[in-house]
Amino acid sequence: MNDFLALTISANAYYILSAGLALIVLFGIFLMSKVETAKTGNALSGFAVLLGVLLSMVRYDLLPIWTIYLCLFIGTGIGAWLAVKVQMIQMPQMIALLNGLGGLASMIVGGFAMVGVGSDLTVFSQITAMIAVFIGGWTFIGSMIAAGKLHRVINQKPIVLQGHRMLLNLALALTVIVVVFAIFRLLTLPLTLTLLILLSFLFGLLFTIRIGGADMPIAISLLNSLSGVAGAISGLAIGDVLLVAIGGIVGASGLLLTQIMCRAMNRSLWDILLGKTTQKAVSSEKPAETKTPIATDEPVLPQKDFRDIVNGAKEIIIVPGYGMAVAQAQHLLKQVADCLKKKGARVRYAIHPVAGRMPGHMNVLLAEANVDYDELFEMDDLNDQFRSADLTIVVGANDVLNPAARAAEGTPIYGMPILNVDQCENIFIFNYDLKPGYAGVNNPLYEKKNGVHLFLGNAKETLQTFLSDIQTDH
Amino acid sequence: MTWLHGILLIVFAVSTVAGYLLIRNVPSLLHTPLMSGMNALSGITLIGALVALAVTFRNQAILSALFAAVAVIVATVNVIGGFGVTHRMLMMFRKKEDRHE
Repeated sequence: MNDFLALTISANAYYILSAGLALIVLFGIFLMSKVETAKTGNALSGFAVLLGVLLSMVRYDLLPIWTIYLCLFIGTGIGAWLAVKVQMIQMPQMIALLNGLGGLASMIVGGFAMVGVGSDLTVFSQITAMIAVFIGGWTFIGSMIAAGKLHRVINQKPIVLQGHRMLLNLALALTVIVVVFAIFRLLTLPLTLTLLILLSFLFGLLFTIRIGGADMPIAISLLNSLSGVAGAISGLAIGDVLLVAIGGIVGASGLLLTQIMCRAMNRSLWDILLGKTTQKAVSSEKPAETKTPIATDEPVLPQKDFRDIVNGAKEIIIVPGYGMAVAQAQHLLKQVADCLKKKGARVRYAIHPVAGRMPGHMNVLLAEANVDYDELFEMDDLNDQFRSADLTIVVGANDVLNPAARAAEGTPIYGMPILNVDQCENIFIFNYDLKPGYAGVNNPLYEKKNGVHLFLGNAKETLQTFLSDIQTDH
Repeated sequence: MTWLHGILLIVFAVSTVAGYLLIRNVPSLLHTPLMSGMNALSGITLIGALVALAVTFRNQAILSALFAAVAVIVATVNVIGGFGVTHRMLMMFRKKEDRHE
């Protein structure tokens, strides 16, 4: 440990206190499993971090150093400003941005640990410091690009270079070589650090540019995990047990969310990491084959007036999609739901796990529009109730309810769990147009002759017209 | 490897498993706030940044201190922004009984 750091707390005491803080954080996460207690859980975790910072400042006798307060003050100001200003639809890029900053901080801490600041210069701390630099830099650049794509500053389309995979492998191999050379002191420290940072940036860049818009929930979850891992490994490098514990927790959380997202989209993590989007091109060339029989063998009945359906409906399920969020129609949708409730119907929302641009995004958008959270249901909770519901209202969703996912083998959505909207007797679809969704597979529901009413156009306008239609008709 | 390193690795493994088991119980309803909360936690690397800033500042290594200062600032943004936005989101989740309209 560095001479300048007079330790005022014994190592044992610090370990015990750190363990206590880590337990507080774990308890906070435990409280996050229920809406009623989640606020307390979050506050508790924040409190634990604050205590951790104070503890470290006392432990390393940092309290008299004025620059620390200045930096903390600036960081707090920017952080608070961001937290207050960000819109709910921008949440994915906000998280990506913050993620990237965490990665950057871990990278810098790792860099200092390499030259012995805060570390003991053993082989163990050397290696972990180098890994921290690499993962931190990868998280930083990767998150920044993801944020840029989500914010539409960078083109959302996946960019695949020639030999993309080889370039990634090459960057990784070179990194390993640099690390090995550095261990045997064949490279100077400044050169090692520079090379590592450059390679990590290159790797992060190659890693993220080929991930497309709709795969972003997975990319963000993964980067979230990486930011935790980067923190944990920089903790290994400087021998700080609190960093290691909390970084590990964050890493696990990101990994779990990544798994959930992959399952919900029926994609393997490796396919996304390797940028496999070739299937998409094939399927969009011949969309006709994806038709399922429901469109052909049913007799065409005279279309009922949608107002009659609305007035007779007792059980209504609303399926919101990302299109609703893009049109900013959630407040209007809430008004429609209120009107339907006034007419005596029970209204519930069915939320597909990948509705939105990050895990759970749709719930936040609806909560913002004052929808009660006890009306929000996960896919599995409502999926067998579409059959008995009187009406399903789809707003800006396509792939997540495309019945082709059950039948159309070889398409990107085949096997993806979907909402059983097609089993409902009456379906109102408020989509912008009838084009295939992100997956590029035609939706046979659009061709269903009975029970499907299409309200095409900007959801804000179509919902407004719909609302005034059902309000005036009693 | 010393005993300290061994302990650190064990802590890493245990906290990862414990975190994984606890987070599995969080409903998808709360996945966005969960993620932003976890994100804020990853800013705990702030502790490392503070130590680096203190050492470089006392050594009067200006350039290094500048880098450390950047690390402290961005880690603080990560922590404050993350917890702040998580709180903001959780405040929006309400049931009918909770509303006084």
